[in-house]
Amino acid sequence: MSLSYIRKDMLAPQAPPISQSGVIRWVRDNLFKGPFNTILTLLAIWTLYQLIALSWPWLANGVWSDANSMADCRKIVAASAGPDASGACWAMIRERWSQFIFGFYPPSLWWRPILAFGLLFVALAPVLYSDNKSAMSKLCGVVGALTVLCLIGADGFSFHTVLAIALMAALTALAAIKPRLLLIVTLLFPFVALWLLWGGSIWGPITALLGFTVMVVIYGLVAPKLGPVMGASIGFIAACLWWLFLQSYVSEAWQALLPFQLTYVNSDKFGGFLLAFVIGVSSISISLPLGILLALGRRSDMFLVKTLSVGFIEFVRGVPLITMLFTASLLLQYFLPPQTKFDLILRVVILVTIFSAAYNAEVVRGGLAALPRGQYEAADALGLDYWQAQRLIIMPQALKISIPGIVSTFIGLFKDTTLVSFVGLADPLRGITTIVRADIAWKGIYWEPYIFVGAIFFIVCFGMSRYSMYLENKLKTDHR
Amino acid sequence: MTLATEPPKANFRLGMLIYDTRYRSYTIQVIVLILFALGVAWLANNTIVNLAAKDKDINFGFLWNRAGYDIDQHLIPYTNDDSHFRALLVGLCNTLVVALVGCILSTILGVIIGVLRLSKNWLVARLMTVYIEIFRNVPLLLWIILVYVVFSETRPEPKAFKLVEGQTSAAHMNFFDTIAVTNRGTNVPLPLLTNPLPTVHLGFMPISLSLIAVIAVIAASIYANILLRRRTKVIQEATGIRPTIWWKSVLILFVPVVALLFAMGLHWEYPVFKGFNFKGGINIAHSFTALTIALTLYYASVIAETVRAGIQAISRGQSEASAALGIRPGRTMSLVILPQALRVIIPPLISQYLSLTKDTSLGIAVSYLDLRGTLGGITLNQTGRELECMTLMMLIYLIISLIISAVMNAYNASVKLKER
Repeated sequence: MSLSYIRKDMLAPQAPPISQSGVIRWVRDNLFKGPFNTILTLLAIWTLYQLIALSWPWLANGVWSDANSMADCRKIVAASAGPDASGACWAMIRERWSQFIFGFYPPSLWWRPILAFGLLFVALAPVLYSDNKSAMSKLCGVVGALTVLCLIGADGFSFHTVLAIALMAALTALAAIKPRLLLIVTLLFPFVALWLLWGGSIWGPITALLGFTVMVVIYGLVAPKLGPVMGASIGFIAACLWWLFLQSYVSEAWQALLPFQLTYVNSDKFGGFLLAFVIGVSSISISLPLGILLALGRRSDMFLVKTLSVGFIEFVRGVPLITMLFTASLLLQYFLPPQTKFDLILRVVILVTIFSAAYNAEVVRGGLAALPRGQYEAADALGLDYWQAQRLIIMPQALKISIPGIVSTFIGLFKDTTLVSFVGLADPLRGITTIVRADIAWKGIYWEPYIFVGAIFFIVCFGMSRYSMYLENKLKTDHR
Repeated sequence: MTLATEPPKANFRLGMLIYDTRYRSYTIQVIVLILFALGVAWLANNTIVNLAAKDKDINFGFLWNRAGYDIDQHLIPYTNDDSHFRALLVGLCNTLVVALVGCILSTILGVIIGVLRLSKNWLVARLMTVYIEIFRNVPLLLWIILVYVVFSETRPEPKAFKLVEGQTSAAHMNFFDTIAVTNRGTNVPLPLLTNPLPTVHLGFMPISLSLIAVIAVIAASIYANILLRRRTKVIQEATGIRPTIWWKSVLILFVPVVALLFAMGLHWEYPVFKGFNFKGGINIAHSFTALTIALTLYYASVIAETVRAGIQAISRGQSEASAALGIRPGRTMSLVILPQALRVIIPPLISQYLSLTKDTSLGIAVSYLDLRGTLGGITLNQTGRELECMTLMMLIYLIISLIISAVMNAYNASVKLKER
């Protein structure tokens, strides 16, 4: 039997109707789904239009070169776009960028902060990408190349440029061959950077480093007998004795024997983003370990340690950073022995570190509290002592949980470096911008410097938050 | 294998203070105590020596001396003949008013932005993301200074508002000629009463009974409204039908206060250009405006992120269940998601209110005379008593912080999920 009215072959599937596919479907689903959504979209488009209509002519008429004052800028804009047109005057940045970056650092010595900044990333590479060899060597290579370019731009092919090229090439090679050895660079970096930025005799940083060596040696001798806490304390005391009483004699003796020094640069020459980075990087790197110790202290069973930690953390978190900075500039002279000369940048770094250590402590405490009790009990059951349990079991997990919080504390700290302008340091935001705007040539400029400074802050802070997301993803071990 | 039923009873030896974990913690605490006491003694000694060298003492008596400086924005009566303590109070009020306004506005804006960031509308969600990232990643100080500079440099001078016969003035007032924004400040209308209640002088500050009456009436209306809603809920649970009450709510909330204001004869005094400047109304300095706007915009972005995180912490099952019950998306948000998300949102919100309050001290950048500007600024510079002023200022900030966190923690405890 054959039914002629039954179709024997399948129909080819038809393309979906035009309203159900492609761009139209997407637009309907994402922009015009329902009246409320449509209103929102229209409002958003209107806002965007207003913003662009307001700012586009100003940006498009922007003057980048050939102007040395606000009046020049206005003339050029009026000539090119009519008398009533507004235009951005980016020429100010072309003329003043060096102040925004270096403050009043002597131009002939700019190679030192540039080199220190490049080395910072090399030193960070093993910390940032601990198990990713190719990322590490790529970072070192790119940073090395950029550093060398900046150095050539600043100084041409001078002796130290050639030296820096060799150094950066060697470090990149090291990162590619033996990335573990880069950790040595990381450990040495603070002393190298200190020496590069402030200059002076090379024996100062080297003898300061010797203090840490003393600490490590004494810890190695004492810790097996008396436990890590005693070992660390005795080592610390010995190192302090070294720094306070012996270091200056030893370094002077060596300086007399083998004189080698860079031109000394006083702290009041520091400014702009150089200052922001000096304060930000040093405070960040000291405040994290300090914060961890405070968090452990707050969770300690020892009543006294706990009380002191809680009191410290709550006090610091309860007062604004500005009052801490004023303490650094006004009150520290009362609390220290008479005639103590104490560098203002160092004072500010100490206070900012204390401030963010308290915030880090709270973040780490949150991570510690989020760990299930079973982890602590399992560590005890394995017979690990307190510090072993913390190092091997607790901290790796607790810190992983606290990464977003820690990074946002760091971002907050970096943004807060702008507050140092209130104690007389030339930060890029208020210090340098005020200087530029007070200049008669640039009178009446306000958007451009703030946009420039804001953009650099944005890049750094946004970069940090993206890195924290990368780290979170990398360390994610659960299957949610 | 032997089982140790009892630890061997060894006599106490001195070495056990270090080697035995039972005693070691005492050793450590004693050492910490000694070090702490030594540190405090060292600092105190240094302070005494330094103070003696400078011929100073620690004395808070200066607080009762004449301050001698003016504060434009004072919420309690103040002249430059008043004491430093009075100036301190004025500054404290200025700090608190910025903090309060900032908290309220940034919460409203932040919740809206946070919810919109999760909107299904692609364009709106992207715009909100851009807003949040831009404001979060740039220092607050920049926003404060920028808003201030834009206000004080782009706005016309007061004389541009002058009306000359036959000409239009160079600048115009906003909002139907009620608000004038000049480069010196914002002039807004002042509410006045024709037959106000008397003002009581209570010790050191006058208290306007009219204001208290208005606040009391508003509070009573809100309480009555809560009672009404509670009763409606009872009816709904008993009968399954929810009576329409929105018009009753509107009546209860607005009629009494409007009636009271009408009875007291509320009218507005508008700012008018006379001579060289605006007369009448209230002149709000740009330092206040800039600080409030910048704090609001910045903390709105922070709060928006908190709100987003809180909403995303609620499992998808909740919104799916709500959709399965046939509840519309808007009501899902207000009845199902937000009440649960609130529990996640509140603890971080507390710390953001705290930081907002502390960040009001950034008013220093625009010379806003808050607590830091009066006590930690002009008073400190005039009297030269750094130690006393700084200590007192830190103490006050600390107390404010502790009060805010106590209040918010109490609220947090009341909305927390009751677990067994």
